[in-house]
Amino acid sequence: MADAQPHLSPTLPDGADVALRVRGLVTGFGDRLVHDGLNLDVARGEILGLVGGSGSGKSVLMRTIIGLQPARAGQISIFGRDALDPDPAAQRALRRQWGVLFQEGALFSGLSVADNIEVPMREYLDLPGSVLAGLAAARLRLVGLPDDAGAKFPSELSGGMKKRAGLARALALDPPLLFLDEPTAGLDPISAAGFDGLIKLLKETLGLTLFLITHDLDTLHAICDRVAVLGEGRVLACGTIEQLRAFDHPWVQEYFAGARGRAADASIPAMSAA
Amino acid sequence: MVTTKPWDVHWSNGTSSGGAAEPSVAPLGSAEPSVTVSGRLTLDAIMPLDEALRVQPPAGPALAIDLSGVTGIDTAGAWAIAGLMQRWQGAGIPARLIGASPDVASLVGALANAPLLTKRRKRGQSVIDRLERIGRSVTAQASNTADFVAFLGQVLVVLGLTLIGRRPLRGHAVIHQAEAIGVNALGIVGLLLFLVGLVVAQQGAVQLRQFGAEVFTVNLIGRSTSRELGILLAAIMVAGRSGSAFAAQIGSMKLNQEIDALRTIGLDPIEVLVIPRVIACSLMMLGLAFYGILCALVAGGLFVWLQLDMPPGTYVQRLQEVTPLSDFVIGMVKAPVFGFIIALMGCFHGFNVTGNAESVGARTTQAVVESIFVVIVFDALFAFFFSSLGYN
Repeated sequence: MADAQPHLSPTLPDGADVALRVRGLVTGFGDRLVHDGLNLDVARGEILGLVGGSGSGKSVLMRTIIGLQPARAGQISIFGRDALDPDPAAQRALRRQWGVLFQEGALFSGLSVADNIEVPMREYLDLPGSVLAGLAAARLRLVGLPDDAGAKFPSELSGGMKKRAGLARALALDPPLLFLDEPTAGLDPISAAGFDGLIKLLKETLGLTLFLITHDLDTLHAICDRVAVLGEGRVLACGTIEQLRAFDHPWVQEYFAGARGRAADASIPAMSAA
Repeated sequence: MVTTKPWDVHWSNGTSSGGAAEPSVAPLGSAEPSVTVSGRLTLDAIMPLDEALRVQPPAGPALAIDLSGVTGIDTAGAWAIAGLMQRWQGAGIPARLIGASPDVASLVGALANAPLLTKRRKRGQSVIDRLERIGRSVTAQASNTADFVAFLGQVLVVLGLTLIGRRPLRGHAVIHQAEAIGVNALGIVGLLLFLVGLVVAQQGAVQLRQFGAEVFTVNLIGRSTSRELGILLAAIMVAGRSGSAFAAQIGSMKLNQEIDALRTIGLDPIEVLVIPRVIACSLMMLGLAFYGILCALVAGGLFVWLQLDMPPGTYVQRLQEVTPLSDFVIGMVKAPVFGFIIALMGCFHGFNVTGNAESVGARTTQAVVESIFVVIVFDALFAFFFSSLGYN
């Protein structure tokens, strides 16, 4: 056990091909600290799942990395660039590197789905309308939405379709890094498995790096290369599910060794056979 | 745009080594044309790539697309390749990938047969389309009016039941709304009416001085503010502050399914949301109008004291002599009616929010514009009504 602990460090060895590096991050609201000296590395081309109890600061961590919330101290670098650089040009170049899927999709309600997907492309690229429309339709096809969904407005879509449309918008600029906030929450098991498969396809074909917050144990088992457990203001442990199951921490034990955790584990052979 | 392209496209018709610069290759006979695509196929250089793939019109028995030299691809690049296959297949010519890695092939496969263009909702410009739009807006307006009448009926029924004690009155909500509508508006309404009182006195004095009748400035201030200006301006202020807030609050609640949640718990949204607002708004309009009139009279008194040397005691005495009590009573009758209209309009438009954030904005605007409009219409009706009763 004592031997296993060092392998669960959230940081990768020097020289590793790191897409996202967080060092000594401190965030908080008022006098309450959410993260206190948090370290985390995400390797290029891996799917990292982030788990943690309610209020452990999963969303705050993601929002801080993507620049929606200020950090009090620490460094964040994305593909070697300083993510906390306040220079507007640097920020703009940085935002081209990632796509974000928010929990409810966060589609612009006044625009059709196709227009939603075109927004980032219009902002960053100079393409004629026919190419934009074609690319938007291709993204819709890729995320598994029917062709007529492009002309619909977000309010006319179901929750699962909104997530797919949100993913299509996150993919609009073909970013190398994707942040997904609870991508399968609220989806039925079949849609959730489909979404997992989609994420895996994207990672394998496009070489994407994915940072995903999830509580879906099936998702963690099925697609995550490593899982980081957030708690006590830092990353408690980071490793494969098997490693985490052997990790000696009450919350981690309960999370992965509890009844739901075992059930999800048991279902994996069946899923991969399907 | 002659920067180095990250990719290379090479067309070949199988017999000669014709390059991309020969777009109109003659019928190719039995030879199988092929295209070799290599390099990085990414979004940044998607336009010229798409064009280079369109150079060769579909012809020949089959197309071979050689992707063995592709070093990187994203969804945009895959879309371009899938589009190429689709165009040739659309012309009845089979197209196949050769030398593609499994990942690239699966990505292109995932995008195969994607529609090249999404259908858009376009605004037609023909006469029929215009007529259709006019017709739609007329029927929408008619059904909107019908909805409003239905809403008014619902509110009146619940209000009546509440007043006779058959429905609970949510006193806490009424107090809360009264604070938001009335108490929090004291500053702005007071300032507004104070300034209007000053302006009326000053403009009146300038005109009346020409007849040497400056003393009648008091009549002007007393009668215009207590019967019309005080109430109307307070109503406009309340419509802008609170009518809009009602529409936006209830509209957001509707989008957030809070209204549905109320219904499922067994609470009537009219009773919980509308009645407290209607009652609080009517009562507070009464208070605000009274307070506004006072502010305007004080401002007028200050003006005549400082500019016309009329001491405050004389001003108050003159006010009592020249302003009939009926003016004040008429004003106080109108105020709660205006408050009722404003609250009703705000709540009605809030409940009619549908779909998206834009709708909240549109309905909020409508609530303010329509409530001010209806308030002024009712003000005119009141003026005719009381005049014909002899209260001039």
